Amino acid sequence: MVLEERLLQGEKRAAARLISMAENHDTEAIDILKRLYKKTGNAHVVGITGPPGAGKSTLTDKLVKALRREGKTVGVIAVDPTSPFTGGSILGDRVRMNELSTDPGVFIRSMGTRGHLGGLSKATAAAVKILDIYGVDYIFIETVGVGQSEVDIARNADTTLMVMVPGLGDDIQAIKAGIMEIGDVFAVNKADRDGAKRTATEIEMMLDFNKTDWRPPVQKVIAVDNKGIDELLDHIRTHMNHLKDTGKLQKRRTENSKIEIIDLIQQNLMEMILDKSSKEEKVNQLAEEVALRNCDPYSAAESILDRIK
Amino acid sequence: MDRPIRVLVAKPGLDGHDRGAKVIARALRDAGMEVIYTGLRQTPEQIVNAAIQEDVDCISMSILSGAHNTLLPKVAELLKAEKVEDILVIGGGVIPDEDIPFLKEKGIAEIFTPGTPTTVTIDYIKENLKRDK
Repeated sequence: MVLEERLLQGEKRAAARLISMAENHDTEAIDILKRLYKKTGNAHVVGITGPPGAGKSTLTDKLVKALRREGKTVGVIAVDPTSPFTGGSILGDRVRMNELSTDPGVFIRSMGTRGHLGGLSKATAAAVKILDIYGVDYIFIETVGVGQSEVDIARNADTTLMVMVPGLGDDIQAIKAGIMEIGDVFAVNKADRDGAKRTATEIEMMLDFNKTDWRPPVQKVIAVDNKGIDELLDHIRTHMNHLKDTGKLQKRRTENSKIEIIDLIQQNLMEMILDKSSKEEKVNQLAEEVALRNCDPYSAAESILDRIK
Repeated sequence: MDRPIRVLVAKPGLDGHDRGAKVIARALRDAGMEVIYTGLRQTPEQIVNAAIQEDVDCISMSILSGAHNTLLPKVAELLKAEKVEDILVIGGGVIPDEDIPFLKEKGIAEIFTPGTPTTVTIDYIKENLKRDK
């Protein structure tokens, strides 16, 4: 109860502790979120994604600073990969955001993916809610560096900002399915480099084929020099206004909630199934049999499921 | 509850030698810890604010500038002022033996000088956490 009140009073330590609890599957955190869920939905949630080294953290740093100049408060959730072998990780996004650490109007939290694929961690959605209740005007979620198919971010954000850089591939890359489809706003960072104009044109050409009523703007930026940042921020806000004016905000959030519910069912089912069948032991045993071709993976999965029927 | 230990690795002060901090960060990562790496030239205020937002179990500072007697106690002081009592604070780098008792008195739990195997630091962190794992 105490933690809950401290969060409502906007105490950073309470928000920080609750995020840890959510990451560690502490049921108390879930209980608190159940009680306070009605207080979420106020922040504009912006997802920032793009390939490794595109400049997502630097761009986030600059966008946050621009918002701070207007007196807006901001939460940042920065996700980096967890080692599939040791469970350890190096979360290095803060390196680009050090000046924001002491700003009372900014809260930055680094998260490891902890085995979750899709560009975010399992607890990211909970962390967004906690920061929303804590009370910020904007929440930026920075994904891990993505490849082609990590689209989870679009299911967690109101606006998805896709950060691209010149020189990563030809126009075929731009028309493939996957992450290029989820951008609501595109930024071509490092725009002082060769090929920036071409990259921007290729994205525009891909967008020409879209049949939706929102045409994602493509903004050239040089994040390290703070160039194009205000324009980019305008695009992000214009997108939010578009969502609100057309009634699509509610629709998008409904779709995202549906996916969240299904995800939670899957997670809970997995925990239930694996708990009841003395967990890993049985799975490991079956895996050996499958690898030796003594058993097939389909029957192995069925035999685990049979145990809970 | 099984959870990864979270450690903030920071370099307070003005020297630009971050090799040691990176070696430690990598070793802690390989030991299964979540390392929040904040990089060079951190002020004690930045370190403490980051540690609070990241809800870390341990702050690990690397310093080679000679300013350890000023900067490390300052971090411990700020933590105390914020009433944070459950974060383990350790330091490493080129720190003369005669300065170590003073630093410990000021709230730095342990100092690791050059040549310390990374396993020693890892074990120390695991055994001296102030919070339940």
